[in-house]
Amino acid sequence: MAFAAFATAEAQPQAPRKKSRIALFLLLPGILYLVLFFLTPLVSLVLTSLQAPREFGDIGQYDYAFNWQNYVDVVEAYWPHILRSFGYALAATVLALAFSYPLAYFIGVKARRWPLLQSLMLVLVIAPFFISFLLRTLAWKQILSDESFIITSLKALSLMAPDAHFTGTPFAVIFGLTYNFIPFMTLPLYTTLERLDLRYLEAGSDLYANPFTVFRTVTVPLSMPGIVAGTLLTFIPAAGDYVNASRDFLGGPDTQMMGNVIEANFLVLLNYPAAAALSIILMAAILVLVGVYVKRSGTEDLL
Amino acid sequence: MTVSIREFAERGADLELVGIQKRFPGFTAIEELDLTIPAGSFFALLGPSGCGKTTTLRLVAGLEEPTRGRILIGGTDVTSTKAHQRPVNTVFQSYALFPHMSILENVGFGLKRRRIADAEARAHEALRLVELDHLAQRRPAQLSGGQQQRVALARAIVNRPALLLLDEPLGALDLKLRRQMQLELKSIQEEVGLTFLHVTHDQEEAMTMADTVAVMNKGAIEQMGAPEELYELPRTTFVANFLGQSNLFTGEVVGTTDTAITVDVQGTPVIVPTARAARHQGEVTIGVRPEKVALHRDAPASSAERNLIGPGRVIDVSFSGVSTQYLVAVPGIGTLTVFAQNIGFGPVAAEGAEVWISWQVEHGFGLEDEPGEAARFPADTDTRSIAAQRRDALVAELEEH
Repeated sequence: MAFAAFATAEAQPQAPRKKSRIALFLLLPGILYLVLFFLTPLVSLVLTSLQAPREFGDIGQYDYAFNWQNYVDVVEAYWPHILRSFGYALAATVLALAFSYPLAYFIGVKARRWPLLQSLMLVLVIAPFFISFLLRTLAWKQILSDESFIITSLKALSLMAPDAHFTGTPFAVIFGLTYNFIPFMTLPLYTTLERLDLRYLEAGSDLYANPFTVFRTVTVPLSMPGIVAGTLLTFIPAAGDYVNASRDFLGGPDTQMMGNVIEANFLVLLNYPAAAALSIILMAAILVLVGVYVKRSGTEDLL
Repeated sequence: MTVSIREFAERGADLELVGIQKRFPGFTAIEELDLTIPAGSFFALLGPSGCGKTTTLRLVAGLEEPTRGRILIGGTDVTSTKAHQRPVNTVFQSYALFPHMSILENVGFGLKRRRIADAEARAHEALRLVELDHLAQRRPAQLSGGQQQRVALARAIVNRPALLLLDEPLGALDLKLRRQMQLELKSIQEEVGLTFLHVTHDQEEAMTMADTVAVMNKGAIEQMGAPEELYELPRTTFVANFLGQSNLFTGEVVGTTDTAITVDVQGTPVIVPTARAARHQGEVTIGVRPEKVALHRDAPASSAERNLIGPGRVIDVSFSGVSTQYLVAVPGIGTLTVFAQNIGFGPVAAEGAEVWISWQVEHGFGLEDEPGEAARFPADTDTRSIAAQRRDALVAELEEH
């Protein structure tokens, strides 16, 4: 048991603690920024969400109160939108992962021998960022509109019913979300796969694991940090997105997500407390989901 | 005998490499390799880095495909068998322990893949063998290099492969731990009776552990045999210098008898037994191991049983406790190395001393290399020897005045 004695006596190296005023000073701009642009709006949002309509006031006039009934009202009124948001975001995340993983694997592992190809493919992944997100989504609306080549061809081939549409359907919204967030999924996946030590894969196949088992038991667990980062970077903004689902872009009346409802309440209905309450619910739900996800995926020791 | 990966190997399998060639884009790693390793033996492939030994191992493991040739394990052609279907396990140089699994999961990985019953109990058993069972729940990153190495070994032997491949497995260990592991490996091999193929650049490791050593150089096997045989009777300059040190001389064969040849080394006749010489006429390279050579302070009487070279001058003395290494510069021949056991107290000759060296005729060997290709000693004395002579001359001159 001589080994145990050495193993348990691991000394925890203590970093020297210096009370540095310089560090505090350097952190000051960041802290100020956060207080000004994160904490203040957050507090304001929470207060707004609890406001009550002014008695005998106009539309859009509210007073500070503790009207938690707002939360119950918005959940009752908008629960389909809340569910739809997370459903669409989940579908888009799964699709983006399914599309990005092979792509990132090719760039990060298979193309290692050809650095030029690797860089070229990375540029292609990032290239869409050079055009505005709104323009690209509008372009898709054109490409997938009823009169477009793709849709008319599909109808001519009887793959789509003659009176069917693509834009305005849930598929179009999920397609748009997937398309728009694929780079956010691909890049973190690429960074972990690019560092993947192929010797582990060799060890796996040496220990009787077939290629699929090696992928399942070695490659995927080792690329977990990238999967977690990529899915979070896709899921969080997708759940709150209001562009793709908007009627002006790829959505329709039946595809409205939380973002669209919040927008409508803030800007059209002028029901600020409802919009604020919805925003808080969205934020809290995402925090809880992400917390559980990170905990469950067990990537703490790989990060 | 067919070897299935679904069951444990009862005994080691023999390995046969037939006409193997391996080319990578831009270079050839293995020129032409034929090798047979009998079942149950501990075989070492020894060579400098880049000689193709690791490529050979990877070919056997199935991690590379040969450009040409066949690989047979236990008589079955596995040339086109994928790595995960070969009855072979590897202890990797980098250990390659899965960082996301516990030690126990690492060791049990191969058993689980083969769906062998009570994988966990067997994994614990293998860990007990390498005295690491108490760390079964840890992650590889929490273990020291030596412990990781033993886990890698346990992960391979737990599968009872017909053939175990070791890729410089002891390279990262300190001397004491390495000795311990060498003994452990050897006893495991004897206990289990597996065939071991060990790849190393450490000649001492190869000689202490293996029962057959093949010395590889530039993608081909230079010489193969038992360690003692390779050491006592090297066939090529490369083997003579890679496996220990050698004093080599080149010269013309000037006399031949039934039992010995006489080589003229810059005017000094040196006798080598015919049986120990590969070439018997023309220009030859002959040699003798430094520990076989004796150092004399005074010119000894010449005898038929001993070769005598000298006088030369000691140009360097390095004392290493158990022995002393002398470098002796002999005019016209070059610098010779002499190892002397410290039987008395300290070195017997000081730097600058005039000495003669001799060795028994039967200790010499003759190489099969063309002397022209082989590394040749400079015909003239080297600068250090000249410097030593100059200094002595100056000292003598000063003493005269």
